[in-house]
Amino acid sequence: MNILVCLKQTFDTEERIVIENGKIKEDGVKFVINPYDEYAVEEAIRLRDDLGGQVTVITVGPERAEEALRTALAMGADEAILADDPALFGDEYTAAKVLAAIVKQREFDLIIAGNQAVDDGSGQVAVRLAEELGIPHVSTLTKLEVNGNQVVAHRDAEGDEEIVEASLPLLVTAQQGLNEPRYPSLIGIRKANKKPLTKVTLADLGLSLEDIEARTEITETFLPAPKTAGQILSGDLADQVKELVSALKTKDKVVG
Amino acid sequence: MNFEFSSEQQMIRNMVREFAEAEIAPKAAELDRNARFPIEIFDKMGKLGLMGLPIPEAYGGAGADMISYCLALEEIGRACAGTGLSYEAHVSLACVPLLLYGTEEQKQKYLVPLASGEGIGSFGLTEPGAGSDAGGTRTTAVLDGDSWVINGNKIFITNGGYAKTVVLTAVTDPATRGISAFIVPTDTPGFSTSKPYEKMGMRASNTVELILENVRIPEENLLGPLNAGFKQFLSTLDGGRVAIAALAVGIAQSAFETALSYAKQRTQFGQSISKFQAIQHKLADMAMHIDLARTAVLKAAWRKDQGLPYTLEASYAKLFASEICTETCTQAIQILGGNGYMKEYPVERNLRDAKLIEIGEGTSEIQRLVIARQLGC
Ligand SMILES: Cc1cc2nc3c(=O)[nH]c(=O)nc-3n(C[C@H](O)[C@H](O)[C@H](O)COP(=O)(O)OP(=O)(O)OC[C@H]3O[C@@H](n4cnc5c(N)ncnc54)[C@H](O)[C@@H]3O)c2cc1C
Repeated sequence: MNILVCLKQTFDTEERIVIENGKIKEDGVKFVINPYDEYAVEEAIRLRDDLGGQVTVITVGPERAEEALRTALAMGADEAILADDPALFGDEYTAAKVLAAIVKQREFDLIIAGNQAVDDGSGQVAVRLAEELGIPHVSTLTKLEVNGNQVVAHRDAEGDEEIVEASLPLLVTAQQGLNEPRYPSLIGIRKANKKPLTKVTLADLGLSLEDIEARTEITETFLPAPKTAGQILSGDLADQVKELVSALKTKDKVVG
Repeated sequence: MNFEFSSEQQMIRNMVREFAEAEIAPKAAELDRNARFPIEIFDKMGKLGLMGLPIPEAYGGAGADMISYCLALEEIGRACAGTGLSYEAHVSLACVPLLLYGTEEQKQKYLVPLASGEGIGSFGLTEPGAGSDAGGTRTTAVLDGDSWVINGNKIFITNGGYAKTVVLTAVTDPATRGISAFIVPTDTPGFSTSKPYEKMGMRASNTVELILENVRIPEENLLGPLNAGFKQFLSTLDGGRVAIAALAVGIAQSAFETALSYAKQRTQFGQSISKFQAIQHKLADMAMHIDLARTAVLKAAWRKDQGLPYTLEASYAKLFASEICTETCTQAIQILGGNGYMKEYPVERNLRDAKLIEIGEGTSEIQRLVIARQLGC
C-alpha cells in the first residue's frame, strides 16, 4: 500500500502572532507540523505497519519546512519530498496544482492530508488536490478502515458521525480524534537524517508559471481588534434584556 | 565558532520538550507533594529511547551525543526536577560507567537492559563516612572462591529502591586503601534498601539507603581494574557534572518563566510590576545567568563530544549553573511575593529542588577545589 501524506509546516499554535510592515513576522517563531497533518502522518504510518508498503510525506513550502518533513521521517515515514522552489508558492489553487504534479509522478493507493491548516484555515488544498487528480475524497475523518480495495471512513459531520464507503485510490483528510500521534523516538530521529528527501522545482514538475498562478491575492493582513472590557448589565431582568437587544443591534451590529 | 544546533539536536530537543510538557509537567506538583517516583514516566521514556540517549546503539541506546543529552535533561528538568535527577543518575552514573569500564560481556548483560529502558540503574558511592571524601569508604568486597562478598551501607542513593542494577564502590585492599567498582544485581540475596528518605526537594526522585549483607556476586562482576575504582569514578563524575548542570538550567528556566509571566500580569500601584525597575533588574539578571549557564553546559558537552578534556569546564558548568539556579529560584519567589511562598505556585518547589544541585555530585566547595587544582594551586 503506497500512502502519500500532504503536510504543511505551520506556526506552533501557542505562538503569538506579530505583524510587522503588513506581514506576519516569522523570526524567532517555533514551527511545527500542522496538527491535523500530524494525524495524517500517524494514520499513514499505522496503515503501513499493518498492511506493508511505503509512506511518502510531501510539502510545498520554504526551506525551513524540511524540519517538519524530517520530523515526519523520525515518526516513521519512509521518504520525503520538499517543493521549496519559490516559483511554486502561491495560494490554495497553486498548492493543489503543485501537489497534483508531484503526485502524478508516482504510484499511490491512498492520499492522507489534514482537514485544514491551522494558519490559513482555508481547508481547500486537499479537496482541490482530489479534484485535480480526478479521484474521490472523504473529509474530516475520525476513523479509517481499509480492507483490500475497500475503505470505510467515519467522518465528523458537524458533531454527528457519517459513515462513508469508498474504494481506492482515494484522498481522505484527518480530523482531530483520528488517532493519538506518537512522539518520534530517539532512534527514529537518528534515522531521519539518513532517509531520502528529494527537493523538486518548477522545471522538475514540468509546470509553467501560468499553470499555477495564484487566483487570489492577499490585500491586507491585520490582527483582530484587541478585546475590550466587557459590560455587565444590571437592574430589572426585562430592562436588561431590552438593553442587550438594543446593544446587539446598534452597538455591535450583530443582529439586524 | 558555530553556535547552531544540528537538525538532529534540534529535533531531539523538540521531541523531549513536547513529551515533558505533555506527560511530565502536569504531574510535577503531585509527585512533589506525595514524594512519588513516577515509574510510568520512566516506562514511556524507555519506549522513546531516552533511557539510553547517549549510549551507542550496539548497547541498547540511541547513540546521540552529549549535547543532545544535555538538551533533553534541561527540558525534563524544566518540567520536573526530581524526574530529571533520577533520569540523570540512571544515565550518567549507572549506564556511563558500564559503557566506559565494562567488558563486552558486562555491557551485553547489564548495560543493554538499562539503556533500552527495561530497567533503571543506580550508583552507590556515598556512605556515612564517605561523602566528599570517597577515601572514607568502609564497604568491603572480599574474594571468596569465584565470588565477591560485599558488606556495608550506602546512603543517599538515587533510584536505589527501583533499580535493577547498582554500580557501587567497595574497599578491596584495606592496606593500600584500594577501592574497586562492582556491578550488583538488586535481586541478589543480602541486598536490601531502606524506606525512602524524607527530602526537602527532588521529591519525585527515589533516594534510599542500600544495605549489603554478605551479598555474593560472581567474580566477573568487578567493573574495571581492581583497586582503581576511585579514579574511575572521578571521570564518571565529570560527565555527570555537566548533565546535572543542564538539569539546573532547566529548573532555573522554569522559575524564570513563571516569574516573567507573573510580573507582566500582576498590577500594583496602578501598573504592571514588570514596569518597576527593581523587578526588571531581577528579571534581567535571571535571564542573563540562565543564558550563560546554558552556554557553559553546552561548551563542556561540546568538548566531551569532540573528545577534548573537559574536567575544568564540567566544574565551571556545575558550579555556576547550580548557584545561579538557586539564586534564580529565590528571586522568582521574591517576584511572586506572597504567592511565591505558596504551594499553589511552582517556584517554592523550584527552590527546594534547586538546592540539591549545589550538594549532589560534588558540592560547590568541592567544585571550587577541582577548579583551583586545575589552575595548578
Ligand atoms: C538527593 C540526593 C541524592 C543523592 N544521590 C546519590 C547517588 O545516587 N549516589 C551517591 O553515591 N551519592 C548520592 N548522594 C550523595 C551526595 O553525592 C553527597 O551528599 C555529596 O557528595 C556530599 O557528601 P556529604 O553529604 O557526605 O557531605 P560532606 O562531604 O560531609 O560535606 C559537608 C560540607 O563540608 C564541605 N566540605 C567537605 N570536604 C571539603 C573540603 N575538602 N574543602 C571544603 N569543604 C569541604 C562540603 O562542601 C559541605 O559543604 C545524593 C545526595 C542527595 C542529597
